[in-house]
Amino acid sequence: MDYFDILVSILGSTIRLSIPLLFTALAGLFSERAGIFDIGLEGKMLAAAFASACVAYLTGNPWLGLLGGIAVSIVFSLIHGFASITNRGNQIVSGVALNFVAAGLTIVLGQAWFSQGGRTPQLAGEARFSPITLPGVDLMRDVPVLGPLYVNVISGNNILTYLAFAAVPLSWWVLFRTRFGLRLRAVGENPGAVDTAGISVTWLRYRAVIVAGFLCGFAGAYLSIAQSAAFIKDMSAGKGYIALAALIFAKWKPVPVMFACLLFGFLDAFANFMQGKAVPGIGEVPVQIFQAMPYVLTCILLAGFIGIAHPPKAGGVPYTKER
Amino acid sequence: MSGFRNKERRRRVSQHPAIELVGIDKSFGTVHANKNINLKVEKGTIHGIIGENGAGKSTLMSILYGFYQADGGEIRIDGKPLTIRDSQAAISAGIGMVHQHFMLVENFTVLENIMLGAEGGQLLAKGVSGARKELKRLETDYGLDVDPDAIIEDLPVGKQQRVEILKALYRSADILILDEPTGVLTPAEADHLFKVLKVLRDQGKTVILITHKLREIMAITDEVSVMRRGEMVATRKTAETTVEELAELMVGRRVLLRVEKGEAKPGKVLMSVKNLTVKDSRGVTMVDDVSFEVREGEIVGIAGVAGNGQSELLEALAGIRKPASGEILLDGKPIAGADPARLRALGLAHIPEDRHHMGLVLKFEEYENAVLGYHRDPRYGRGALLDLKAIRAEAAEKIEKYDIRPPNPRLKTANFSGGNQQKIVVAREIERDPKALIIGQPTRGVDIGAIEFIHRRIVEMRDAGKAILLVSVELDEIRSLSDRILVMFAGKVVGEKTAEAGEQTLGLMMAGIAA
Ligand SMILES: Nc1ncnc2c1ncn2[C@@H]1O[C@H](COP(=O)(O)OP(=O)(O)O)[C@@H](O)[C@H]1O
Ligand SMILES: [Mg+2]
Repeated sequence: MDYFDILVSILGSTIRLSIPLLFTALAGLFSERAGIFDIGLEGKMLAAAFASACVAYLTGNPWLGLLGGIAVSIVFSLIHGFASITNRGNQIVSGVALNFVAAGLTIVLGQAWFSQGGRTPQLAGEARFSPITLPGVDLMRDVPVLGPLYVNVISGNNILTYLAFAAVPLSWWVLFRTRFGLRLRAVGENPGAVDTAGISVTWLRYRAVIVAGFLCGFAGAYLSIAQSAAFIKDMSAGKGYIALAALIFAKWKPVPVMFACLLFGFLDAFANFMQGKAVPGIGEVPVQIFQAMPYVLTCILLAGFIGIAHPPKAGGVPYTKER
Repeated sequence: MSGFRNKERRRRVSQHPAIELVGIDKSFGTVHANKNINLKVEKGTIHGIIGENGAGKSTLMSILYGFYQADGGEIRIDGKPLTIRDSQAAISAGIGMVHQHFMLVENFTVLENIMLGAEGGQLLAKGVSGARKELKRLETDYGLDVDPDAIIEDLPVGKQQRVEILKALYRSADILILDEPTGVLTPAEADHLFKVLKVLRDQGKTVILITHKLREIMAITDEVSVMRRGEMVATRKTAETTVEELAELMVGRRVLLRVEKGEAKPGKVLMSVKNLTVKDSRGVTMVDDVSFEVREGEIVGIAGVAGNGQSELLEALAGIRKPASGEILLDGKPIAGADPARLRALGLAHIPEDRHHMGLVLKFEEYENAVLGYHRDPRYGRGALLDLKAIRAEAAEKIEKYDIRPPNPRLKTANFSGGNQQKIVVAREIERDPKALIIGQPTRGVDIGAIEFIHRRIVEMRDAGKAILLVSVELDEIRSLSDRILVMFAGKVVGEKTAEAGEQTLGLMMAGIAA
């Protein structure tokens, strides 16, 4: 394999590894811009992955699987909302609790229903989202440089991948061009301003966490019924946390979120590629180094070396009028 | 009463008052903030509400605006009983409010803040051009100009307040409530605000003005209501009352409004500041090459609108912020960059501007705050252990001497009123018998009775030969206490005056117009 082929193959897996990050980070974007910190992204993604796999297995329809994932993820969001918006609880505690619930419940239910050690049964081809070949692939195949990129990186992904990329400008548009977006950003900065403008802070924040649940549903479905063909226990493997890191890295802005997710996906793909390979002059580099990079980069950012990340001002603070 | 109004001003006045509050009651936990309040505000008037800090003014108005819910009572707008469940209901009833702490989204533009909640459609693009036009109209009608595309956090507070007023007018409010609007303004800005309020009144709008400055009440209101400890104690026609009567109604006893002090007898220079430059955490220069001296036995006041570098100057002098360059000498010793503990040991006491963030730990009991920062003193214990008995005994002494109420050193500090909290800080710093004292906003949020007391203590310190630097945004306070006045504008000391300088002269200097 020459270097270009290697690059193309790494870029291909970069895309595949970035998609769950992208959906999840966008979910976090909506929630955190509204002032609700969501450390439970991980759990929502995991629960959605399990639900999608179950529904897709039972119905044989990936779209119904996706719907199932979204529904469960939104239920998790509503619990988070009930704890942190209605009851003004600590958002981090609620999120962490939901992560534990998701991790435990998926295994217990999976074992109880399917007895495969926490796995769900293997899905048949038509019960999954399979790769789509974009038009013009045959024409492009022989074009130098662009051809292989188009054929192997741009084309040949499943529908959720394209939806993820479409969700980026859509999120931007919703946040910055609609009334809902204006209010949502306002409530994350100063809920008092929203309240005194005659808008319900509670309902607005609930809508934001519901959107977050909706997007996490896509992330989960991607894991279990697009990228894989079954739910495997703990399959989210910390992606929810990496998505949070990407969100901070992107300073809570939609388009930078996409680039941060692609960067972190690339690091992951590169780590996979380097596994067992020796770097000339250094020897074999432990993959953990690459896996730690997203967190390292985020720490460097937070330490102020790559500009300053200002989180939404009212983030994490329950809205109360009583002092 | 309406006959009187008709005669006084030829304008359409309906039978009903614009606002009628009947038996409004509100408690926060154990605090009874509003007790059975009755109030009538006539249409087309400016109605003042005064009262000491914590009297319940903001609470009452926030109930009218739907921000809080009353526990009991009735609100009538235009004679019609109305349930105001949230601010939306208040806005629909034509009520607008400018809150004491602005309700603005700081990283939004002016336009976005004004449109928030009144966007005119699901998509922002639809409402924007209409909003711009309306804003233009309000600007020309009332002289309230602001750049619609400016970001709020880049605007000075005076302009931010305009945005708040515009927000209310944009929603076509007929009743405008302003909660302590002049605290953050220069005298000139305050004058402009009053002109705007008069225009609004003359157009038939009703204005409610909350303030603790009696002079403003006399200058602009038609009627004035006084609140004390959650109760509405009196309503007067402004023309038929006096400052003295209002002050007495507010406090419940006679108060001395003027500070009595004799001639200063300045001694040797005790504190001197040379070419001091201080930057804030963003690296912006906030104090720019400032030099001055403070002698023993004099009070030097620093006047200026909030945000012109006074806070940073105080922090640098108190050892909280490292100066970027320049020298500070205390009794001849260089102290620039020394930490607060060392400064205290050298005899420099500091009453910080913001007692909640710097002066006190609100969750501590009173006696703990009474020694905060001085806890290493051998009088309070040896080694790692504190001698709680000694500390409490001393706290009790100070409580007695400063008449801190309630007189209980074991009470959580948060449960004292603002005035009493401030007395805790003042007692702690003054009773150490320092050589020099730097004081920031000694009476911010403090009631008149306590102001009188704190002012007297400061003058006593001066007469005992201490060097005192006083920073306050209250020009009256600066003028009545200081022997010399320095005016700060945009980080520089733009001039020095004596206390005889008129308010207008100082006001212009504070606005950076004259030197
Ligand atoms: N949101 C709140 N939560 C708890 N206590 C409050 C709240 N708002 C006001 N209070 C208390 O109610 C009393 C009246 O406060 P406030 O209406 O702000 O007074 P004023 O505006 O006259 O200074 C004070 O004792 C204050 O501490
Ligand atoms: Mg108030």
